[in-house]
Amino acid sequence: MVKVKAIILLSFILLTVQLKAQSLLKDIEDSVAVKEKITGAFKSTRVINAHSIEMLHKRNLDVRIMHRFGFISSGVKQLYGLDNAAMRISFDYGLTDNTTIGFGRSTFRKELDLFVKTRIVQQSTGVGAMPVSLVVAAGDLVWTEESFNMVKPNFSDRSSYYVQLILGRKFSSIFSLQLSPILVHSSTAVNTGDDKTIFAMGGGARFKVSKRMALTLDYHHPFGVLNQINTDPLSVGLDIETGGHVFQLQFSNATGMNERAYITQTTGNFFKGDIRFGFNLSRIFNIGKHKK
Amino acid sequence: MKSLLVLNLVVLFSVNSTAQTKYYSKAGIISFYSKSSMENIEASNNKLVSIWDVSNGQIEFAVLMKGFEFEKALMQEHFNENYVESSKYPKALFNGTIEKSNAIALLSDNITTVQVKGLLTMHGVTNSVSTTAIITIKNGVVSAVSKFTIALADYKISIPLLVADKINKTITITINIPAFQLLISK
Repeated sequence: MVKVKAIILLSFILLTVQLKAQSLLKDIEDSVAVKEKITGAFKSTRVINAHSIEMLHKRNLDVRIMHRFGFISSGVKQLYGLDNAAMRISFDYGLTDNTTIGFGRSTFRKELDLFVKTRIVQQSTGVGAMPVSLVVAAGDLVWTEESFNMVKPNFSDRSSYYVQLILGRKFSSIFSLQLSPILVHSSTAVNTGDDKTIFAMGGGARFKVSKRMALTLDYHHPFGVLNQINTDPLSVGLDIETGGHVFQLQFSNATGMNERAYITQTTGNFFKGDIRFGFNLSRIFNIGKHKK
Repeated sequence: MKSLLVLNLVVLFSVNSTAQTKYYSKAGIISFYSKSSMENIEASNNKLVSIWDVSNGQIEFAVLMKGFEFEKALMQEHFNENYVESSKYPKALFNGTIEKSNAIALLSDNITTVQVKGLLTMHGVTNSVSTTAIITIKNGVVSAVSKFTIALADYKISIPLLVADKINKTITITINIPAFQLLISK
């Protein structure tokens, strides 16, 4: 018994000696894993149309130009939709690493939009690890297109609002997934009989195919009463990153590129060729010096 | 039982006798710089961990790749995501020797230039590195500085074709350890 104990003890001591000889760093390294934030779940602050869990860095300005052409199903006379184009230009700015404000204008209904997006929780590993990121976005929109109604709509009639929660996780360097429930309220519904307040459940995914390219999916399903011509906005895309630019090429059935438009005003059956080709161009500018 | 105690003592003593003067630092500064026609790339990390066994000259460094700070946040993100892939290869390590380490007079103020040779592991690739370092002892404080250049291709860090002729293929790494501390053996 004593012999066994002695052997165990001896081998234990020899083992510690052995470990010491292997690496000097072992003597001084901290055993506690440091908290590390998980970054780059998506290449851009938008999956395609919807906000992603990614934020702009502090003092970064993101100039985004988004284009959606006509339906490919419109045929050769419309050059498969390329004769028509809707666009949205936006300027997003990172106030802090966790808060972004943005302003955009869409040609569709000549609509202006303003939003604030804040990250409440960031996914991390190590001490106090968080399995997910949680972001909240809220926006205010107003369309400025001329109305031919007998009673002209005033500012508040033209306004709509949204609030969206985005819960996402980077599962691996390749795959990220997010859920994005959204509540959209329009003062005046687009079609008579449409619900003014629409809740929609959304989902977005990113699948990296190379270091700088990724496939993306962006989908929302509105609940509530909308005109029967309305369909669920569905987009599939390819992200291409080149330094300060991100190009997002996509096929989508949505014309609208702001929250109100793509949730409440998407028509066209994606699976029957009512698909639009489109692209988003994002360019990040550094405003001032970044200091940690 | 008594013989076991004696045996233990002998083993412990022999372990102890191998313990030598070791210096360490957890606040070394490692920075890199590369000049290019598009934009200069530079970053630094002040959490370089190092340990130096003076008796045999063995020296080791470790640094977390995510700890490198860039002036441009987007550049930092691209460094981690696309170039060094820090979630896959979180650490860079150097394991080498300082030649004639035990000849350095650690107790009096002096400046000594030494040869350092060893293996640098980064981005999952190990290469041999050879450079000089300056070890300074002033008022009892031991400090060290060193500079060397590496080729990104040696570490399989690829530059996209689009910017290939605008980014320098080599980077210069500077190491600065302002103050070594004496390691008290546990």
